[in-house]
This record gives sequence, C-alpha cells and structure tokens, in this order.
Amino acid sequence: MPAPRHIEHFVADFSETPLQATDKVKEDQAPLSLWAEAWRNLRKQPLFLISAFLILVVVAVSLFPGLFSGIDPTSEACQLANSDGGPTGGHPLGFTQQGCDVYARVIYGTRSSVTVGLFTTIGVLVIGGIMGALAGYYGGWVDAVLARINDIFFALPLILGAIVVMQLPMFRSNRTAWTLVLILMAFGWPQIARITRGAVIEVRNADFVTAARSLGVSKFGALMRHVMPNSLAPIIVVATISLGTFIVAESTLSFLGIGLPPSVMSWGNDIQAAQASLRSNPMPLLYPAIALSITVLSFIMLGDALRDALDPKARKR
Amino acid sequence: MNTPVEIREEGTAAVRPLLEIRDLAITFKTGGGDVNAVRNAHLTVMPGETVAIVGESGSGKSTTALAAIGLLPTNGRVSGGQILFDGEDISNAGEKRMIELRGNSIGMVPQDPMSNLNPVWKIGQQVRETLKANGLPDGPDDVAKVLSQAGLPDAARRAKQYPHEFSGGMRQRALIAIGLSCQPRLLIADEPTSALDVTVQRQILDHLDKMTTELGTAVLLITHDLGLAAERADKVVVMYRGQVVESGPSLELLRNPQHPYTQRLVSSAPSLASRRIQVAKEQGVESEDLLAPAEEGLVEAAKPDEVLKIENLRKVFKLRSGLGRSTDFTAVDDVSFSVKRGTTTAIVGESGSGKSTVAQMVLNLLQPTSGKIVFDGVDTSTLNAKEIFAFRRRVQPIFQDPYGSLDPMYNIFRTIEEPLRTHKIGTKASREKKVRELLDQVALPQSTMQRYPNELSGGQRQRVAIARALALDPEVIICDEAVSALDVLVQAQVLNLLADLQSRLGLTYLFITHDLAVVRQIADHVCVMEKGKLVETGSTDDVFDAPQMEYTKALLNAIPGAKLMLPPDVA
Amino acid sequence: MATYILKRFLQLIPVFLGATLLVYFLVFSLPGDPIVALFGDKPVNEAVAAKLRAQYHLDQPFWIQYLLYLKSIFTFDLGQDFSGRPIAAVLGEVFPVTARLAIMALIFEAVFGIIFGLIAGLRKGKLFDATVLVASLIVIGIPIFVLGFLLQFTIGVQLGWAKPTVSSAATVQDLILPAIVLGLGSFAYVLRLTRTSVIENMNADYVRTATAKGLSRFRVVRVHILRNSLIPVITFLGADLGSLMGGAIVTEGIFNVPGVGNRLYRAVLSGEGPTVVSIVTVLVLIYCLSNLLVDLLYAWLDPRIRYDS
Repeated sequence: MPAPRHIEHFVADFSETPLQATDKVKEDQAPLSLWAEAWRNLRKQPLFLISAFLILVVVAVSLFPGLFSGIDPTSEACQLANSDGGPTGGHPLGFTQQGCDVYARVIYGTRSSVTVGLFTTIGVLVIGGIMGALAGYYGGWVDAVLARINDIFFALPLILGAIVVMQLPMFRSNRTAWTLVLILMAFGWPQIARITRGAVIEVRNADFVTAARSLGVSKFGALMRHVMPNSLAPIIVVATISLGTFIVAESTLSFLGIGLPPSVMSWGNDIQAAQASLRSNPMPLLYPAIALSITVLSFIMLGDALRDALDPKARKR
Repeated sequence: MNTPVEIREEGTAAVRPLLEIRDLAITFKTGGGDVNAVRNAHLTVMPGETVAIVGESGSGKSTTALAAIGLLPTNGRVSGGQILFDGEDISNAGEKRMIELRGNSIGMVPQDPMSNLNPVWKIGQQVRETLKANGLPDGPDDVAKVLSQAGLPDAARRAKQYPHEFSGGMRQRALIAIGLSCQPRLLIADEPTSALDVTVQRQILDHLDKMTTELGTAVLLITHDLGLAAERADKVVVMYRGQVVESGPSLELLRNPQHPYTQRLVSSAPSLASRRIQVAKEQGVESEDLLAPAEEGLVEAAKPDEVLKIENLRKVFKLRSGLGRSTDFTAVDDVSFSVKRGTTTAIVGESGSGKSTVAQMVLNLLQPTSGKIVFDGVDTSTLNAKEIFAFRRRVQPIFQDPYGSLDPMYNIFRTIEEPLRTHKIGTKASREKKVRELLDQVALPQSTMQRYPNELSGGQRQRVAIARALALDPEVIICDEAVSALDVLVQAQVLNLLADLQSRLGLTYLFITHDLAVVRQIADHVCVMEKGKLVETGSTDDVFDAPQMEYTKALLNAIPGAKLMLPPDVA
Repeated sequence: MATYILKRFLQLIPVFLGATLLVYFLVFSLPGDPIVALFGDKPVNEAVAAKLRAQYHLDQPFWIQYLLYLKSIFTFDLGQDFSGRPIAAVLGEVFPVTARLAIMALIFEAVFGIIFGLIAGLRKGKLFDATVLVASLIVIGIPIFVLGFLLQFTIGVQLGWAKPTVSSAATVQDLILPAIVLGLGSFAYVLRLTRTSVIENMNADYVRTATAKGLSRFRVVRVHILRNSLIPVITFLGADLGSLMGGAIVTEGIFNVPGVGNRLYRAVLSGEGPTVVSIVTVLVLIYCLSNLLVDLLYAWLDPRIRYDS
C-alpha cells in the first residue's frame, strides 16, 4: 500500500464550463455539400483563380480567334518581303521566315491545341473511366484481363506509341486533328483507367455501399449511385492534368513533323518551322512556345488546385 | 482554487511534485483562426504516482499530456501557464533541452501499436536507437533484456523481426519496452491499450503496472474510460472541453462526483454501468430497475417465436498464397443459435473471432459455405432475387464506422429516403413526411435533412444510420459494432435510443460487439465466439453470473473496473 | 521473397509479348504496304521488294511472322536497315549513347529532386517550399522541346557555357546539357513526390514516437522521415529509367545526340518499319527490365513486401 496521503478533491466552478447537451447538432451554419465546400476552398486559391482565368482566355481565343487578331495568318497571305522582320506597328511580335505575322499565327494556332487536348481527354475519360470502373468494381478475371492490357499500353509511352502509329502509311496520308485525337486516345486511356480503378476499389468496400446493397440496391445501381460519384475527385484531377499532357503531345508530334500537317496552323508546326532560323531570329519560335507553355501550365495548375480542394485526405472527418 | 498541495511522506521533508501543470493554455492555429484547445488546466503528479486524465475525444486530455513532453503538433503552442517538471518550467523549453529530457526523464507509450513503430526497421533497432540516444549500453543483450522485461517472450529472436511480424499486443509490448527502456521518472501513456483486444488489454495494463511500480515511475495515463482510470490510478483528473472540471482520489471521485459532467460520466461509462448492474444483482437488487427500459417492452411483446435460427453455420475463405496455391481459412465454424423476436442477442468476440462474418451472412451479403440461416421459418439461401429484395426490407444493418456508413455525397434527406425510393414506397410528399418522422424518432432536428454527413458528429451520423435502417420498418436490425467508435456519453445516448426504439417498435437486435460492458447493458442473450467457434451461449444474467468457459471468464475479467467495489447506487 | 520476384517476373512476360505483338501488328498488318513505303517517292524495285518481303517473312501468315520475329530478337539477328547495315549493329551503336544520357538524367533528377523535395517538405508552407512548388509546376508545364530550345539557346549559344550540340562521340561532358533537359520534367516530379512523402511521414505516428524516445532531430529526419519517404521515390526512379530512354527522341533531336531516339526518328521519317519495330521492341524490353528492377528495389526497401508471398 502506498503511504497514505492527502489528495485534494478539486471541483471546477460549474459556471466556468457549463455542461452542453450531449452531441447537439450545430444549426448555426448553412448546409454544405462536399462539392460546395470544395468550391469554397477553390475560390480562395490564387493558383485556381490564375489558371481558371488563363484557361478562359485560351478557350475564348480558340473559339473566336478573329476577335483577337484581324490579320490573316495563313501562308498565302504572308509576304516574303517581311521575312524575319522585327515588330512593327500592327505586327507586335514581328514576322516569321515566311513573312507571316507571328501574333496572328499564335492566336490562330490555339484552336488545334485546344481541340486535340479537349477531345482526347473526353475520349480517354469515356474509355478509361468505363474500363477502370468495371475492373475495379467487379474484380476477378475482368480485372485481371484489363490489368494486363493496361500494363501492355504502359510499356508504350504516349509519344513513342503515337510516333509508331503516325508513321504508318494509312495514318501518314491522312493526318488531321481527328486522327491525332484517335491515336492519343488509344495510348492515353490506360492512365485514366488505372486511376479510376484505384478510386473505385477504395470506395467499393465502404460501409455506405454495403448499406445500400442491404437496402436492396442492385450491384450495378450501387456502382452508379454511390461508388462513381465518390470516385470522381481523383479522376477529375488527373483528367485536367492529362488535358495539358495531350496538348504537349500534339505539339510534340507536330514539331517532329508527324502530327498535324503543315497546312494546319498549330504551335507545334510553327515551332518546327522556326527552328531553322533559331539563331538569327528566335522570336517566331519563342512566342508560340510561350503560348503553348502558358496553356499547358494553366491546365496543370488547375489540376493541382483541384487536387488540393478535392483531396479526400484533407477533408475534415 | 489552484494552491500547490502540501504533501508529507512519513515524516520526511516536503516532496516536490514530479510534474506540475499550472494554468496551462494551449492554442492551435487553424484556417479559421486560433482555437483554444486547453484552458486553465492544472494537475500534479507526485514521484511514483499514477494519475489518470479522463475525457471524451476533443476534451484536450491528449493535448495536455503531449505538451508535457514537448510534442504538440506544429500548429499548436503553449499560450499560457507553466509545465513544471521537477521544478523546472519546460513549457517553452528549447528543442535541445526537450531532447535531453525525452527518453530518460519523460517516456511515452502511444495509443495505436499498429502505426507507432516504423515499419521499415527491425524492432531491435528501434529499441537500440532509444538506448543509444540516451547514452545507455546498446548491445544486443541490452536490447533483448529491455524487450523481455516488457514481457516479450523469446526476445533475442524477436528483436530481429520487423513490426509487421508482430501481433498488436506484441507491438504494444515493444512500445512499452521503448517507453520504459531508459527508466524515465515520468511515463506518459496515451490510451495505451484502446486499440487492442480486451483480454490483451488487461495483460498489457497489468504488466505496465508491475513495471512502473518496480521502477518507481510516475505515470500520466490518458484514457476515455473512467472505470479503467479508477482501477489503475491513484488520482483521476476529469477534463471537459479543454478544462479540468474535477480531480481527486479515484474512488472518492466515483463515489462522490461533484461536477455535473463527472456525474454524467460516472452514470454512463459502460464498464461502470455493467459493474453496477452486476453488483446490484449480487446484492439482490432487482436488475430490471437498472437495466434499459427495453425489458418492459419485452414482457409485453410476449411473442417468443424464433425470428432467426442459425444452424451449423460455416464459412470457409480461400486465402491465396503465392502462385495459384490457396489455403482454407475457416472464419466461422459450426455456429448455431437462435434469436427470439423482440429481444437482443449479442455476439461477443475479439478480432478474428468470426462475429462480423456471421453478421454478413445473416444479412445475405455473403454466402455460407454450409449450414442454414432460417429467417421467419424460411431458409434464406433458397430465396430468389425477388424474395431477397423483400427480405432486405425486413432485416437491416447498422455498421461500426460512423464516418464510412453514410455516403458523403448524399444529404441526410436523400440518405434516409434511399431505402423508400429503392422499394418504391409512397409518393415524394409521403416519403418526405416519413423522413421527418424518422428524424424525430432518432431525436435529430428536422433541419438536419438538408445537411451532409461531414457536418455531423459520429454519434449524429450513427443516429442517421439508425433512421435509415428503420425507414423500411424492419423486424430485425443487425448492429455490427454500432457504438464501438463513439465517445462514452454519446455511446450511452445511442444505446438508450436503441433500447427505446426496441420497446416502442418491438424490434429484434442482433448485436455484434467486442465490448462485454455494453452487452451487460443491452443484451438479453449472449453468444461468445472465439476463433470462429461458438464457445458459450446463454442468457446475459447466466453468462455474467456463472461463466462456464475459461475464455468467457477471461473476457469478463477484462472489463475495466471489475475489481472495483462499488455500491449499486454510486451514481 | 523469391516467390515475389518470380511472380513479378512471370507477370512481365505477357506484357512484353503483348506490347511487341501490338507494335508488330500495327506496323505489318494494318492496311498500307510497309515495304512499298520504304521506297518513298522512288519507283518500287520489285526484286528488292520481294527480297525484303521474304526477309521479314511477310509472305507467311501473321502468327508465323510474329513468332519468327520473336526468334530473331532473341538471336540478335534483326536483319538490315535501309542502307544495308545490320540493325543489331546499329542498335549496338546507339543504345550505349542513350543509356549514358538517361543515366545522367536519372542521377541529376534523383540528387536534386530528393534534396529540394526534402527541404521543401521539412519547411512546408515556408517561402522556400512555396517557391519550389511553383517552380516545379512551371517546369512540368513547359514542354520538353521548348525547354530544350530555351536552354540550348541561352546556355549553349548566348552564354556559351556548354556546347549547343553534341559531338559524334557523345562524351559525358557533351551530354550534360541534354541530360538536364531530359531529366528536368522528372526532376520536378521527384521533387514533388519527395515533398509529399516527407510531409506524410512527418505526421506519421512513428515519427512522433521516435521524437519521444529522445532522438536528435537529425536522426529523426534521416532514419525515420527520409528513409521511409524514399520508398515511393526510388521506385519511381527505377521505372523512370525506361521512360527516359524511350522519351529521349525530342531531346536527342534538339541536341543532335547520336542515340536511339535520333535513329528511331530518322527511321520513322523514312518509313523504315522494320527498324522502328526493332527499336521499340528493345525499348519495351528495357521498360520491362526496369520494372523488374523497381520490384527488386521495392522489396529491398520495404520489408513488408519481402515477406508477402
């Protein structure tokens, strides 16, 4: 037995810490869904505001290039007399070797990048999303087969795969934005599939899915109503970043001369054309490169901002 | 109020407190401004003494203890008051001084054994670096000695293993070994066993007691369980919303709680409540007065047909082990029992006992390998898709994790309405009326309808889950550890709600739990499971009064506070 | 452990076969005659075309073609390129150059990525962290060929710190600038991965316990935070070796490095299907092997994997 000693019995003043009703619902704030909360977080992020603004500008330019430049940038309208000319009135960025207005070409080149990026992303979301969701949710042999197919495509990086396909006779003679979209989709879907699969697997065993199943919701119903909505956040993040990646892929292929044909105005083609005179006149290369970088950067920044806002780990429990 | 306590020990000079916390305030910097997590906290730990801090989650009990070892999270700081360790104020001591103190003056045993050992280093290395950092001999023999003192058998071999090769209990022993390896004068034990199975809990606590007594180490024990605190500590400090509301000698506090919060805690702590019922019974007091009101409804129901009958149930899982091979694992082995309508049957067992697998099979979410589940006279394995759909209306689950059981994308209205919509019951207006009624039934304000799960507390979510389960007017509800994740008071509230609903609606509960203290409060019948087998079944009174099997006895003994002699009217 | 490695190895076989089959199918079985394409705009010499068809077994059914092709890979008898040189010899010339380039890039991204990432993670939310995060986003955002031209033009042409193009010997010194360009994207990624991983580990319970033991801050960081944070980073680096070799086309083009990418690009432009298939096959093989390397590294770094059989 320890030595008997006095231990004081202390009681705090009741008024100091008034007793609250056990587990009372807070009713002082307006209800807030997860998406509303994410939106509230996003609005405060400078990264999001900057990237969203830039993306809006890029989309506006690609939809209505005529509003931003009154000059005809096509090769027919270029005058060789202006070859490699510096900035002059009405031509703020100078001229290319072909004598084309650099500013106008940058403006009109936006559309092909945005088109290829956007439609490829939509395509990979559909293919990769469905494949990944089925593999992750149903598991078993469906998953095993899809996982192997996925691995095979991962062994062929996007650019490498696209190069191999673009050099084929049937694509070589038929180069349009749509063939490019098709090819980038074919090699780009595995990444979305992998992300979707992971997200679905994380959610599929959640108690709320089991609860829905024991309420009588069908297996597929639970996938559509509970699993998919809760898997969307990481898919949206990766898709946003991928959009940037596909724009890079398009311009890289065009730069290598196997993307869009030279007749189509695109930043990649312009960079490729300006490469020859890099040392004498670097500006025609620099401006489309800047436009390309800013566009890609905006999508990557947006993805990063979205990740911060939607990250399930950061969500309050 | 806050005068230092004069203590004289057998005629010697006044002994200085080992740890004295005075008017401590701790502030956290958050996105929404500064939050005062702890205010005016004060406590005293004498050398060799065990002091327990009791409180619910968010009460500031862990924060206070972490401040004493200088381990507040980076956004927290001591914003007022003093922490005196052996007379030295360490509340704002530099990192260098704290590193000197940690390990050999102040040790720590953390809460979760699964996450507190570094998975990439061997156990021995993690002990060794502790010895080395505190300037003690750190040869393999020293490491083995430290581990074996913490009750780890075959310590020399075990030291060469990695944490993932250890069970939870063994890991906790390793953590205790680390915490006490440098013979600190003060040990901070933060819920040291709450993540372990009950029988292991008891062994570990007993061992910790023994070691600290031998070494003369003072212990600051943090726990949510008042029964456990009273059993283990000389002195209990109760914290509520960041403040110390009451402190004093353990038994005194239980017998004569003064602060309303302590009174509430004393009357609700499951270990104490179950102890109370047991003591009352032993002294011949009619237990019905102390039990949940469900008992009265039960007598009225008087329809003792067997709504659920489980016969020779078996579930074998194939475990894949490497290339194409698989081994059989029998999760549930020849389990038979029956559940009477309008009663509560508890299945009790530790992790891995197969109790949750039984629940999954009863819910028809998992196919039994063999055996029968007969619901209302019909073998559930013979049901076709349409009949299963109808069956789902009659048997509903409530799950353990209040954070996982509600879809975060659905607001509360949609969550509770989902069963009604799935079964195409009623019109939009009538469904909304029903949802409002259900919210009333589970004592949530109707305005909760518009809210989302992330805005509710654990207990509130669990009540929403109950409302969802009740939406289809089921006959049987399977509660899979439905209250295990909740704070003591909230747990008592939800248990009362369940009992109340049972008496009003004549519900039948199958209650899966690891906590015998809860069983005592709510169940009429108990089935004890161990390693897939049913080891004992009987009425709750019989099992608690005269357990037949060793395992049941061990489980009963493991309820904290079992040794406490409490009069039935302590509250 | 052995079972684990064997399992991973066996899983790579279908990947290798699938990827080479896919490429082979694309090149030789889609509409359009690859042999005719070889002649480009020149008139087709039927005798030469027939000889080439026989050489690539294009007169055989597809499956036989593919199997014979596999056989030729493993016997290093890859046939000849358009100029009549054995493809195996060409590969032997270009692969060491690209391997040197890729390894240099890998060292660059590993050293700087880990150091910057660790410091940023430990100082989360401070100025250094914020600067490095934005800078890494910019690096990831700028396409590699833009970066390449930018650095070639500024450092190579204007400042003259490094040679803007690479000599045919492709010495280590020549390759410094191209290696930095090639590794920059991954550098930013390694940095971010290290940072995230460090932040995650800093908040881990076992790090708090390690501090509570009385360990010095340095030891906590080195033994508990950094060691654990390196697991995902090193596995990424292993896999990146394969990607760097396959992704060197643009960099090699800009700096005129006589490596795999450059040769592949020329083969693509001149429509040399057989050379393209051979090079891609070797790249796929390297990808598979670097993945196996990752699995080994993973097992070595994380004891939980070692025993998971």
